[in-house]
Amino acid sequence: MNDVGQSVEITVDGRTVLANPGELLIDACERTGTYIPRFCHHPRMRPVGMCRSCLVEVDTGRGPALQASCMLECSPGMQVDTESERTRKAQAGVLEFLLVNHPLDCPVCDKGGECPLQDQTMAFGPGESRFVEEKRHFEKPIPVNDNVFLDRERCILCDRCTRFADEVAGDALIHFQGRGSDTEVNTFPDEPFSSYFSGNTVQVCPVGALTAAPYRFKARPWDLEEVESTSVVDSVGSRIAVQSSRDCVLRFQGVDADAVNWGWLCDKERFIFEAYDHEDRLGTPLLRGDDGDLAPTGWGEALAAAAAALTDVDPDRIAVLGGARLTNESQYAWTKFAKGVLGTDHVDAQLGDGLPADFVLGLPRATIDEACTPGGIIVLLGPDPKEELGSLYLRLRHAVVHDGATLIELTPRATGLTPFADHSLRVRPGEAVDVVRAMFGEGGTAPIGGVTVEEAQAVGAIVSGAAVGQNRPVTVLLGRQSLAEAPGTVVDAALVLHDWIADVRFLSMLRRGNVHGALDLGLAPGLLPGRVGLDEGRPRFAAAWPTTPATKGRDALESLRAAADGEVDVLVLLGADVLTDVPDHDLARRGLEGAGTVIALDLFATPTVAAADVVLPATAPTETDGTVTNLEGRVSIVARKVTPPGTARPDWMIAVELARRLGADLGISSPDDVWAELSVVSPIHAHIDPEALAVQAREGILVSGGPALVRPAPLEVPSHDKNSYRLVVTRSMYDCGVLTAHSRSLAGLAPVTRLAFEPTDFAALGVAEGGRIEVRGPRGNIDVVVGPDSRVTKGTAHLLFNQRGVSAGDLIEATAAVIDLTVVPV
Amino acid sequence: MSFFTEANARTAAEVIARYPRPRSAVIPLLHLAQEQEGWVTRDAMVEIAELTGATPAEVLGTGSFYEMFRFHPVGRYVVNVCTNISCQLLGGEELLHHVEESLEVHAGGTTADGMFTVEEVECVAACTEAPCFTVNYRYFHRADPDTFDAVVDDLRAGRSPLARGAQGDDGNLPAHGTLGRLRQHIPDDRRAGVVPPEQADQEPVWLRTAPSTTSAADA
Repeated sequence: MNDVGQSVEITVDGRTVLANPGELLIDACERTGTYIPRFCHHPRMRPVGMCRSCLVEVDTGRGPALQASCMLECSPGMQVDTESERTRKAQAGVLEFLLVNHPLDCPVCDKGGECPLQDQTMAFGPGESRFVEEKRHFEKPIPVNDNVFLDRERCILCDRCTRFADEVAGDALIHFQGRGSDTEVNTFPDEPFSSYFSGNTVQVCPVGALTAAPYRFKARPWDLEEVESTSVVDSVGSRIAVQSSRDCVLRFQGVDADAVNWGWLCDKERFIFEAYDHEDRLGTPLLRGDDGDLAPTGWGEALAAAAAALTDVDPDRIAVLGGARLTNESQYAWTKFAKGVLGTDHVDAQLGDGLPADFVLGLPRATIDEACTPGGIIVLLGPDPKEELGSLYLRLRHAVVHDGATLIELTPRATGLTPFADHSLRVRPGEAVDVVRAMFGEGGTAPIGGVTVEEAQAVGAIVSGAAVGQNRPVTVLLGRQSLAEAPGTVVDAALVLHDWIADVRFLSMLRRGNVHGALDLGLAPGLLPGRVGLDEGRPRFAAAWPTTPATKGRDALESLRAAADGEVDVLVLLGADVLTDVPDHDLARRGLEGAGTVIALDLFATPTVAAADVVLPATAPTETDGTVTNLEGRVSIVARKVTPPGTARPDWMIAVELARRLGADLGISSPDDVWAELSVVSPIHAHIDPEALAVQAREGILVSGGPALVRPAPLEVPSHDKNSYRLVVTRSMYDCGVLTAHSRSLAGLAPVTRLAFEPTDFAALGVAEGGRIEVRGPRGNIDVVVGPDSRVTKGTAHLLFNQRGVSAGDLIEATAAVIDLTVVPV
Repeated sequence: MSFFTEANARTAAEVIARYPRPRSAVIPLLHLAQEQEGWVTRDAMVEIAELTGATPAEVLGTGSFYEMFRFHPVGRYVVNVCTNISCQLLGGEELLHHVEESLEVHAGGTTADGMFTVEEVECVAACTEAPCFTVNYRYFHRADPDTFDAVVDDLRAGRSPLARGAQGDDGNLPAHGTLGRLRQHIPDDRRAGVVPPEQADQEPVWLRTAPSTTSAADA
């Protein structure tokens, strides 16, 4: 623990204990080996002194008195007795009170066996209750949202769930109601606890009052096996405990990694395991037969077919797309296979929805902790973290709401952080760079979109330190703000920020599970493992690999364009559902149709997989040993807990096997072998090996360093025509993606999208809410459902990506810098 | 489609403006809502939440702590009959029995015409004047069944029963929800100064004892 100032000397049960300044007595005691019972106290939330279980006798010079140790900061000379007669009697008395209304239905309660109330009653309780009257009764259990059930009879009113909802998540949709013995936790009638973070309340509930649908009545805690792992749902890399019984994953719990997720998970991270366990998982390889249909086959036949397709093909006619959800080890194996054996550089883990890999790697990087420095400045030049990176949102919200960080937003639409932002500059697509220039006094005096030059300059004064004093670290959260604009808009704006703000750091918001591992391990055009370009890295890899690509290859969109033009003979898809995930649906369709042989590694029979010629079933994160790299560059362990369905194999094993059939030995027979090789070829990974990772399992190990900053050519953005609406396409937490759609708890939560306009823009359209209009875009005319939305900026139109309602991918043209839509008159 | 009437919406805005943080106005606005409808409706809580930046759950959670906010419909007049010890000894239970008999409704219920809600309550702090009952929190002291019948007759006839020696007030007895007939208005220069506590850098105007030498515009 990092502490400034003097330690505080206190006495606990006759022992001298050094407490940190400001440390709560209950924490100081626990840290030094004395456990004091508690229910309401939670290390990541503010103390409330609600349950009174932590009463201990404390003497601060005025004689011993019972005090709640969760509300008491250690002060010098404090004498604490946690075992005195009075302490014991008080703790037992409080437990007896808590049990007055708590039903003794432990045998049928999911919490039984891992219940703090059970455990602490055993350890500190009176053993018998004197209460013989009727306990209070409520309807058992009521749903507070689609996934969380509340049994108010079991609730001991500790305020943990309600504090979490208000203080941590900012969704105060559950609250105490009534008074005295009528107090209960509940939602507002018919207004569910619609929070992306509701599952955390189940985890922090110290009794069985809150239960989550996926785990209800599934197992007893003593039957669970547990392994610590890392979430691969998004790139935050939250630490999780994977719990299984009878070879079936039953629950993910958040694990408190101080540098990452603080024990919290978003519901997508928590409930996604249902997809891994879904009956639709691919369990056998599929091969397209002579009749044109995909049919189950053996691994031998499938690998032979894939190897045959790859034999004697010009490397320039092979493309490998996807791989952002693979482990680091599988990514290295595939990079080595694609670039070192096949010799192609047309490799890209991002699917046209990210940022240029070499640009991201060249920026000075921040960790989450650095971005969330108390009193720091955070500039959001990216997507809505609440929708895309849930656990990061909680950290950012904490930094801004509780730690005095200043948030500046440069986004085309209001985000989940907007209520806490110091300044929200609404930038229309393509105009971010103009607004950023105006911040630093470059450019004219005319407003840019809705942003006045005065406001931009006020923000510029903050981020450059002129307005708020120096020594406040500035972190730019960088990602794609909208899938309907070219990445260059964000890149150009980021470069201006980089050049104008001294010591600015960037935190990448690329979102797919292990996309940063993919960049670090070379699954991107022009890069080799270890964050080096082809030319700089070639000397190192010439010895270790059979070959290296000669020149920088195509990115995903260019590869699809080449495929559409018939220039790709073999297209390898590493868990890439291009038909769904590539923003430009037309391009994805044409690319997939135009490609020769399509080899797909995947978990599910996605629409893309259905169009493949060879389908190889891969393992899910709960079935794979390895590591992942999060958006900070933090490498942490993913642990195998259950066996994969059928004969599904880890992705690295498939690469090794294909290489062997092409006469090459990748030299990898286990994930650990990759680290031995990386220590030779990748200096940035030299300090990492399986032993070091095991020692630092919880916090992981940071990878730092990278290539020099590259400056892509500035993007030309056409000027905005007053009669058109600039399209903004963003993602929401739940969409029709294959994993969400296969999670029972999450599938129903995906919203329906419609083309949304700023309310006055919408009124000018003269259409009723929910009505239809025809809009003309670069892909022709489309009939869409429309509605107003106050989060949308004037002059823009907004859609959610990959949702029912309107297919945003049908409006997007990947070559366009921005998409302008005009309304076709009736 | 808003809950508050136009006049009450103006009052709500004025009340909110008194506080450095809008959510501090939740309880005054709950009173205003109860005054408008006689009880706190769902729509009222939703609108108060919008006006104060709270969630409806927080508004309900805050309001339901207080017994005098009603979240279910009540009659135009809420009759509370005390049966605590002093009143009980002097006939409080008999009085309650009479109230139930004469209004044909059990304690906790509301008469069919929506005029009266009858409640049995604990001590209302008027033990020296026992037995007593209240109508919309206006006291009737040393009451007997005849007192109650006369009050009911007055209310049904549209007369105020308050002149019956209870409080020396001959005004009208307003419907449930109205706490007072005078609305508090605070002139701008007498306001506490609308800044959050942590931003306050001078003592509030209403605390100043010496005559201010600065003009009101500086305050």
